[in-house]
Amino acid sequence: MSAATEAIIAALIIVGALFALLGSVGLARLPDFLMRLHGPTKATTMGVGATLLASAIFFSLQDSEGISLHELAPLFFLFITAPVTAHLLAKAALHRQSSGRNSGQPAQTGEQEPGPH
Amino acid sequence: MLNAAVEIAFVMIASALALNVYRLLVGPDTTDRILAFDTLGINSIALLVLYGISTNSTAYFEVALLLALLGFVGTIALCKFLLRGDISE
Amino acid sequence: MMRAILPHPRLSLMVFLLWAVITNAASLGVLVLGAVLAIVIPLLTHDFWPDPPPLVRPWRALRFMGLFGLDIVTANWRVARQIIGPLHRLSPAFVEVPLDLRDPFIATLLGSIVSLTPGTVSIDVDQQRWVLLVHALDAPNPEALISEIKERYEQALKEMFAC
Repeated sequence: MSAATEAIIAALIIVGALFALLGSVGLARLPDFLMRLHGPTKATTMGVGATLLASAIFFSLQDSEGISLHELAPLFFLFITAPVTAHLLAKAALHRQSSGRNSGQPAQTGEQEPGPH
Repeated sequence: MLNAAVEIAFVMIASALALNVYRLLVGPDTTDRILAFDTLGINSIALLVLYGISTNSTAYFEVALLLALLGFVGTIALCKFLLRGDISE
Repeated sequence: MMRAILPHPRLSLMVFLLWAVITNAASLGVLVLGAVLAIVIPLLTHDFWPDPPPLVRPWRALRFMGLFGLDIVTANWRVARQIIGPLHRLSPAFVEVPLDLRDPFIATLLGSIVSLTPGTVSIDVDQQRWVLLVHALDAPNPEALISEIKERYEQALKEMFAC
């Protein structure tokens, strides 16, 4: 492995970990739930994605093994699932706000407009 | 250089995990705890991948993949439960 | 005949590629098993899959994916700065984006894209009025956000898929 590729991998790892940390800082710091949702869905997803990319490059350049692409599977999986998780969590939060937090009650089946809070 | 980068990244991810645990304990609402738990899972994936790089072993990859799958399904099930009071449609 | 074996060719291709990527080995046995899975899984899960509109401009889609990758990085940079910066300057808001497209699958795709990029999380798609409800972390100017989403992403999706 040359110094240049090693520098690229190191940079990806540091940037990835930094974004993962920033996403968690957002989760801990921002004042209300819907704002907190932004940190983990965007920053953390991209941070972990960059780390996985670094791992793929690292193991592809090892002598013993061939090209290593299996890190791409969790990478795509995370990028596909993050919006779904965010969407459902936001819906659940709005549902709890509008129904006065009586959990366990089934929702009304009709689509109700949550409206700005 | 790579070793130093991995060490620094370990510290950053560990801090991220600590912040997630803080949100998991403080709440205040159930949705906050679910989000914190989901983020905890995603950050653990990063930790596992970094550990794989530092030990030069691909054995942890499957664990990371399973963690991603189970974390997603668990989060969706919990959200569905909050929305409908039931997990299956 | 082709429709009977491969009801969802794109899904089959995805399953096959995913299998090749996960096993991380390109031996003949692995690829044959992947091909079998790519045929069997779509047949078994046939009822669950919607029929998305056909992708008419694949090259446009590839270019869009490159642009989207860059957008993810810039959007993350923006969100990261907002997270570290002073919180009282943020103006979070619910924004309703009226949609021109009328396909549930493409609307879902747009919702996911919007969640991953410009400082917004999509919350709901109202299929009666065709409105995408998004929550923005910092939207001092909702009109600009709406036109950004419509011009940058919805227009591109409408051009790629015939809908």
